[in-house]
Amino acid sequence: MAHFTKATSVHDWINQRLGIDTVRRVMATEYWIPKNINFLWAMGMVLAITFALLLVSGIFLLMYYQPNVNTAFDSVNYTIMREVDFGWLWRHVHGVAASVVFLVIYIHMFTGIYYGSYKNGREMIWISGMLLFVTFSAEAFSGYMLPWGQMSYWAGMVITNLFSLGGLHADGIVEWIRGDYVPAQAFLDRFFMLHVLLLPLAIMGVIGLHFGALRIPHVNNQDGEELDFEKEAAKYKAGDKKGSKVIAFANDFMSKDLFVVGIFLIFFFYLVFFHYDFAMDPVNFDPADGLKTPAHIYPEWYFLWSYEILRPFSTNIGLMAFGFAQVIFFLLPFLDRSPNAIPANRRGLFSLWFWAMLVDMIVLTAMGKLPPEGIFSTIGLVAALVFIGLWIALPFITKSEKKA
Amino acid sequence: MKELFILAVVTVFTLATYYLVEPFAHSKMHKHVESEKFAYADLPALTKKGDANRGKDLVMGAGACTGCHAIKVAGLAAPMDPVATAQSYGVNTPDLSNAGVVYDAKFLAALIKNPAHALKVEHKYDAASGKVHPMAQFGGAGGDLDQEVADMVAYLQSIAVKQDKLTPKMAFETACGRCHAMKYENWTQIGDKPSFKMKKDELAFDIQVIDYQDALTKYMGKLPPDLSMYIRSRGEHYISTFVENPQHLIEGTAMPRVGVTAETAEKVIEHLADAGDTKRVERDEVGKKVMVFIVIFALFAYLWKRSIWKDLH
Ligand code: HEC
Ligand code: HEC
Ligand code: HEM
Repeated sequence: MAHFTKATSVHDWINQRLGIDTVRRVMATEYWIPKNINFLWAMGMVLAITFALLLVSGIFLLMYYQPNVNTAFDSVNYTIMREVDFGWLWRHVHGVAASVVFLVIYIHMFTGIYYGSYKNGREMIWISGMLLFVTFSAEAFSGYMLPWGQMSYWAGMVITNLFSLGGLHADGIVEWIRGDYVPAQAFLDRFFMLHVLLLPLAIMGVIGLHFGALRIPHVNNQDGEELDFEKEAAKYKAGDKKGSKVIAFANDFMSKDLFVVGIFLIFFFYLVFFHYDFAMDPVNFDPADGLKTPAHIYPEWYFLWSYEILRPFSTNIGLMAFGFAQVIFFLLPFLDRSPNAIPANRRGLFSLWFWAMLVDMIVLTAMGKLPPEGIFSTIGLVAALVFIGLWIALPFITKSEKKA
Repeated sequence: MKELFILAVVTVFTLATYYLVEPFAHSKMHKHVESEKFAYADLPALTKKGDANRGKDLVMGAGACTGCHAIKVAGLAAPMDPVATAQSYGVNTPDLSNAGVVYDAKFLAALIKNPAHALKVEHKYDAASGKVHPMAQFGGAGGDLDQEVADMVAYLQSIAVKQDKLTPKMAFETACGRCHAMKYENWTQIGDKPSFKMKKDELAFDIQVIDYQDALTKYMGKLPPDLSMYIRSRGEHYISTFVENPQHLIEGTAMPRVGVTAETAEKVIEHLADAGDTKRVERDEVGKKVMVFIVIFALFAYLWKRSIWKDLH
């Protein structure tokens, strides 16, 4: 057993039992981050803060929300929006955060792709990140069911229908997922459970994994320079903070993170109070009605690109393309055959690949919302084919890349 | 500077995406109808100056308005209760106390002469169907028809409250309330739902509402929707242009052109906002304070960052 001495202070008392000084050193003051990074490296912190906002606002909403097909709509739109003091604020914070979190996730992902931060030891960071993307997607979808409006109902109908796997007609799976032939009480109950319990737990676990995965490889830097962290850390600790290429997580990195978070929150609260409509689809303010199909059914904006990969094709091919789009990002570290973990602009053809992929996904996103008619469905089809083509081309492009 | 350049790139792509999925996509998905400023240009202008006293006699007498409508300010109750009225005519008749301020004068005149035409529901009452609109056409009391109509309009205007005394709730009840319920404001098509001590009384009331709605559904072909959340699901512009002329947005719809003035339409919309966007004033106030707070927070965060980073490079 460890040796305990009479404590000299409260701090010492706790420290002997919990080792908080060590924790602080390992997690903060001697957790080394490269100095040569820009604000895009604060996006992880922005995501963590946004997740915290979602969690807190969600807890408040949960106190009044009623997961019942007869009362869900009113519990949100009447009780929370009108009766509960500041209920509207929590709802708008929750709704806007759910939308904005995806914007930041996409920025965070494309930052990773641009700087090649998914290879040479950082594969687990990438994979855990993709797991977060998938769990967040499930979280967003399940949350969208809860107000039980027209879009909840019909998006729920359309998305669960995908599990009949087209030509396989596996209607049994669809019914199993819904717990009924159509979205109804059993459906709402289980999505409620997923949204407020299982998925948040999974997300918190995966965030832990993601952070753990960062520990050994450290984060990348703006020039893809390979750093000798021990040497640089020694320099820093010896007092040569200016000469060292690393900084401490706290307070060096954190002070910059906090500033970026501050700027982000200005943007975020502006949206919450003055521009929330984009995050809360008007159609979902009509109560669910199984007899009235809305004129346009579309998912929230962050799912549009993958929806558009499904849509231009016949059912079976569309489903295969959709399945492809869902898993392909996981494989990025292995499809990129180049050893260079440097910014895309110094990687020849890959630079083109990066910007083409970004623009293509934006085009897919736009076409996913527009009605699939005339020129829009042609553009959608081309963009979907380009998406698949780009992924097929990736190994060849990167294989031929010269070592930098 | 490099950071600002990166920020500019991120912003450009974000705004492009936003533009495409919001303003652009919505402009392609939904028909956009410009407001006609409630001018009702298709209806003839009033050419005669009305006389309220003569109008009073016509409304109570030859015009027969009070045979179907209540005019509570003139001490005239409705001939039948709402349910019985709906069972006879398909819908309750609005109390005309404030008709003079709620409805446009030109529209009122056209309505008295030919309801189906003014209400733009002639497609339901064409010659082939053999049906006639439940509100009787006024064929004249023997004098100059236009003069008589102008007199009745003048009378209705003379008894109505002044524009600034017309509350949003009154505007809604007169113009929309006989067809649309509004649960969040406790409104049913037969009036405000009282609070009951006895379950039995409440059930009796609910049964009356259901009977009314059955008659209304038969008359309209479908039950007009509860408008509690329509300010969020349709938005101000849509509702305003829809009320102005429903046929522009839903061709062949059973909802009549109600014929309200621009001011009344604004009040109706304000009432819808009170129901479905109740906290909008509080939201703006709190929003401003939070913005100030968060800007100050960002400023302090910046100062802290500067003080720490001056040792780093
Ligand atoms: C035979 C019964 C009857 C008579 C007589 C009658 N009305 Fe009506 N009136 C109705 C009914 C029924 C409605 C509702 C129609 C609807 O909503 O489709 C109505 C609706 C109205 C409306 C509301 C129209 C709108 O835009 O929503 C006004 C105003 C009105 N009547 C005025 C009059 C006046 C003025 C007279 C006398 C000249 C009159 N009515 C005579 C039955 C009658
Ligand atoms: C005589 C009955 C009647 C009156 C009076 C009436 N409405 Fe309607 N309203 C309807 C019917 C019926 C529908 C359903 C139309 C359809 O779906 O074709 C409707 C639908 C609507 C809609 C939904 C349109 C959509 O996009 O689905 C709105 C909004 C609306 N009414 C607003 C109003 C307002 C505001 C007023 C008062 C100024 C009003 N209505 C007065 C009968 C009425
Ligand atoms: C919403 C959940 C997420 C949170 C809270 C989160 C958090 C973080 C944090 C705090 C960092 C370190 C700081 C930084 O570089 O930003 C980081 C790095 C990283 N994340 Fe995430 N992340 C999330 C989702 C994702 C997703 C969806 C991906 C992509 C699949 C991803 C991929 C990465 C990569 C590759 C890095 C390393 C960056 C580098 O080495 O430069 N993360 N994440």
